[in-house]
Amino acid sequence: MAEVLSKTQEIQSGGSVFWSRILGHQGVLIGVTIVAAVILIALSAPLIAPHDPYHQDLMNRLVPPVWDARGSWEHIFGTDHLGRDYLSRLIYGARISLLIGIGAALISGLIGTFLGVAAGYFGGRVDMVVTFLITVRLSMPVVLVALAVVAIVGGSLQVVITVLGLLLWDRFAVVMRSSTLQIRSMDYVAAAEAVGCSTTRVLMTEIMPNVVNNLIVIATLEIAHAIILEAALSFLGLGVQPPLPSWGLMVSEGKDMMLFEPWLITIPGVALFLLVLAINLLGDGARDITAPENRN
Amino acid sequence: MLYYTLKRLALAALVALTVSFISFGLLYLSSDPAIAMAGETASDADIEAIRQLYGFDRPILVQYFDWLQRAAAGDLGKSYYFRTDVSALIGERLPTTMTLGVCAITFAILLSVPLGVAAAIRPNSFIDRIALFLSVMGQALPSFWFALMLIIFLSVSLRLLPTSGSDTWLHFVMPTVVLGYYAAPAIMRLTRTGMLEVLSTDYIRTARAKGLRPWVVLFKHALRNAVIPVVSLAAVQFGFMLGGSIVVETIFALHGAGFLAWESITRNDLPTVQGLILVFSLFYIVLTFFADLLNAWLDPRIRIN
Repeated sequence: MAEVLSKTQEIQSGGSVFWSRILGHQGVLIGVTIVAAVILIALSAPLIAPHDPYHQDLMNRLVPPVWDARGSWEHIFGTDHLGRDYLSRLIYGARISLLIGIGAALISGLIGTFLGVAAGYFGGRVDMVVTFLITVRLSMPVVLVALAVVAIVGGSLQVVITVLGLLLWDRFAVVMRSSTLQIRSMDYVAAAEAVGCSTTRVLMTEIMPNVVNNLIVIATLEIAHAIILEAALSFLGLGVQPPLPSWGLMVSEGKDMMLFEPWLITIPGVALFLLVLAINLLGDGARDITAPENRN
Repeated sequence: MLYYTLKRLALAALVALTVSFISFGLLYLSSDPAIAMAGETASDADIEAIRQLYGFDRPILVQYFDWLQRAAAGDLGKSYYFRTDVSALIGERLPTTMTLGVCAITFAILLSVPLGVAAAIRPNSFIDRIALFLSVMGQALPSFWFALMLIIFLSVSLRLLPTSGSDTWLHFVMPTVVLGYYAAPAIMRLTRTGMLEVLSTDYIRTARAKGLRPWVVLFKHALRNAVIPVVSLAAVQFGFMLGGSIVVETIFALHGAGFLAWESITRNDLPTVQGLILVFSLFYIVLTFFADLLNAWLDPRIRIN
């Protein structure tokens, strides 16, 4: 009886249930907190960074971080092999990671949603072509193709965003296709078609609002995916180019000194790990909250 | 089954053809491969000579069909850097990558399937939480960073394993862990979902009701059915691993195809890069082809639809 009661209460107050689900979900809370903090840090980088991230100070090279006996509060996370303040580079690096993650997810989201919704709604030949494109895309190794293209075109922020955007649309297309297929068979879609709504209108007012939850979940996970790929590309020297403070590049630059100065790779690595972890927690949590039935 | 096989084969061939076209076209993104090859100090006459020597002066489609025809016969051209046949070069490096891939996928399966089964037997238990925790961590761990951390701890601090090279089996331990750990979360999640689903079916209840021992129900009745989608996922992950091997092999200086890919890309060795993209893609296509056939054979619903 108590269960039934609480169920009806839940139904009555939709909004507060949404918030209580968020607050009751540890993963989302951790994810939101870290992501919000990183976004804030990235936005206010010029205000909070203690030093210029590009300023070289060859007299103060490889100063260890503050927790080391030789460290000082002047450089909280120490300095790199060119004497640049590591904390400032880390702060500015957050901008690059977020920019690439969001930029790439925007491009791939547009492509993938367009293809997926078209395939799911029109079916038939359109579906065949889109499914074929997805298969082709999946057969090509992402890292190899991205590396090759960046090597040929030249590494820059825009190139990395574009290349990743053009490569990561597969999951968007797959999920949007299946969600659209599901919504397409609903009575209200048939009703909208029956009263003579145009295809554009049906897509925009009936289909899109109902698949947007899934879209947001995939977008979140793909942002994390793009961030990790950018770091890997930059680490291999074929992503964002120096002197930009990309976290992957920082790990790469610190790699040769990692045996004696391990903080050079642990600090940017932990930053990368935490950001990606937080975004993934956010994405997984968003799925649990908006569609608890898909939890498994 | 025959009809399904033929249909699937036609699809695979079409995908392979498209991939070959893309991998060929990709490298023409640069304005002129002859200039890229000749280097910055070359004179116009040098560039022109290279252009004619390699046939870059012909229309792209002609070059493509020429390349495709030879690729079909196993000739992927000559490496600009090594001055040897690309096919021979890749053939020489591929066994190392295959060994690494097989070790990694085995490691991933041995890690994730038991965890997934344990998690499914008792959902929301301690083990389930540990499994979920590991999979969330695994997805967020950048493989290159994980590799460096392993080197610091296992090689430098504990002096257990060699850091680079591919001479003994010890050299494969860390690359296997790094590459395998990356594939494990997806396999674990799918095993868990599949097992949860199967365990709630009627035939499992029947099997339990007629008094079969729990482990017989679990392994003979449940796992065998839950593992079907896992097989095709493992095949897909194995295909992805070849791509992932670039990062891992470069860090551990494992002389496989992934390392070759990185070397050729940084050296502007276009024919080798083209060949590698083609070989990696073909491998994935063949792998998914057989995985789909296996699935269709195990599950008649797939081949009828």
